[in-house]
Amino acid sequence: MTEPREKDAIIRIFRVHKRYPGKHALVDITLDISRNDILFINGPSGAGKTTLLKLLYLGEPVSDGQILVDGMNLSRIPKKRIPFLRRKFGIIFQDYKLIPTKSVFENIALVLEASGKKRRLIRKKVKSVLRTVGMEERIDSFPPSLSGGEQQRVAVARAVIGDPKIIIADEPTGNLDVESAGIILDLLTAFHSRGTTLLIATHDKDLVRKTGGRVIHLKEGRLIMDVTNPLRTEAVNPTKN
Amino acid sequence: MMVSYYKRALQDLLDHRYLNAVTIITIALSILIASAFVLFFVNANEIIGSWKEGIRMMVYLKPSVPETVLSELKQQFQDMQTVQSSKFIPKEDALANLRSQMRRQTSVFENLRENPLPDAFEIRLIPSYQNVEKIESFAKKIESNPAVAEVEYGQRWLGQFSNVINLFRLAGYALVGLFCLAALFIVANTSRLILYSRQDEIEVMRLVGATDGFIKAPFYIQGLIQGALGGIVGLIALFIVYSLISSNVGQGFADGILRIRFFSPQLSIGIVFSSMLVGWIGCFLSLKQFLKS
Ligand SMILES: Nc1ncnc2c1ncn2[C@@H]1O[C@H](COP(=O)(O)OP(=O)(O)OP(=O)(O)O)[C@@H](O)[C@H]1O
Ligand SMILES: [Mg+2]
Repeated sequence: MTEPREKDAIIRIFRVHKRYPGKHALVDITLDISRNDILFINGPSGAGKTTLLKLLYLGEPVSDGQILVDGMNLSRIPKKRIPFLRRKFGIIFQDYKLIPTKSVFENIALVLEASGKKRRLIRKKVKSVLRTVGMEERIDSFPPSLSGGEQQRVAVARAVIGDPKIIIADEPTGNLDVESAGIILDLLTAFHSRGTTLLIATHDKDLVRKTGGRVIHLKEGRLIMDVTNPLRTEAVNPTKN
Repeated sequence: MMVSYYKRALQDLLDHRYLNAVTIITIALSILIASAFVLFFVNANEIIGSWKEGIRMMVYLKPSVPETVLSELKQQFQDMQTVQSSKFIPKEDALANLRSQMRRQTSVFENLRENPLPDAFEIRLIPSYQNVEKIESFAKKIESNPAVAEVEYGQRWLGQFSNVINLFRLAGYALVGLFCLAALFIVANTSRLILYSRQDEIEVMRLVGATDGFIKAPFYIQGLIQGALGGIVGLIALFIVYSLISSNVGQGFADGILRIRFFSPQLSIGIVFSSMLVGWIGCFLSLKQFLKS
């Protein structure tokens, strides 16, 4: 099982440490993530889930160890190339990070503008993505006037519009009711089935149960469990350790 | 792509109207003061420059000088070593000249029963004759002729004030430098404030893969627009001041001995471009500092 995975790994993490001032947030993490995988990162609050994801798109520098993303070695990447690394990712941030002073349209269009796409194409694409997430009527609204679930859907739209190779979702259902969470999850898995690698940080075990996939469990910065297809192994309960 | 840069730049200008207005006014004031000095020097240089072609002197005659005295005077000028050329300008010609120069104010002339202007000689001295004292004594000598009412030449006062002018020039350089620096600081500060107000937005832009160039471009456009507007407003203000001065004071020199001139279109454009450069550098300084972090 591990053999083909290593061969076609889109992300390789090797002996990675992350230290914040006065805090050892990640301890000796080694992990390969296959292309077109769904990976759930589980663990209690403060375990280091967000930190691990941040390292992948250089939202934070690694303290120690090596990370390769789609053939790019993050420790060797020149500052000028960082935007191109980030364009491989579509990121749904834990706090959404929508720009409150820009409309839904502008927020999403920004991704395409930044990569130099033509205006006509941008308008068309933004509309179609908003239709996919069911937010086409709010195209001219501003984020503060949207509910949490609606903002989350806009965040999803922004994450997927650039056709990224990897989608990162940090607590994509964190503050949502069951129904909204279901919609978001369906959206994400739809993109996964088109060939995108999906990384989801969550402490919601229901999410994992619904879709299946690979689950890793972090605790106090350490990787303590790595299970594929937890659906079938009902016995696996990552919370007890 | 470019359109979105301009859109963002204009959005910023509108969102921070007050701040930008203050910035543009500061640039305009700096340009006004700096270019007022430049204008002064351009004119002073022109007058000093005419020195090199040989000084032009107007010799105004007393009324109704007899024909014989005229030809005598003419001969006298021609015999002088220091005179390159001399030309008699009868008062009728002078009036016609004045009329054509002041075509808009023809009413001034309508009620004239007789010509109030004097006959005159226009003398050009040889270019090598430049010594201020010698020219002055030459003028005095001509003035002592009983037929001559007055001798006038533009450099008369300039010669007397040449030391003052040099001092002025030094002070001018210092002030021009100072005001450019002030404008630079103001622009840098404004764009820094706008940058801070957009900090979260810039962070998001970076996270979704925007290059520094993409983030910076609107700020540079803003700096250039601020510089251009400031430069244009400053020049217009200077032109108004210039028009007021030249229509009041300048009339006294309407006989063409000394004419104050405004900047040529090329120089005006040059000044606006320098102002834009100040805007650009101001942006550059604050962006350099800001995006490093
Ligand atoms: N910028 C930072 N500076 C200092 N410490 C930090 C910083 N970011 C995170 N930490 C610390 O690192 C640890 C891991 O944080 P992280 O955000 O990765 O946890 P998490 O697993 O995502 O938690 P949650 O489920 O609450 O989102 C925490 O103890 C946190 O306080
Ligand atoms: Mg987190």
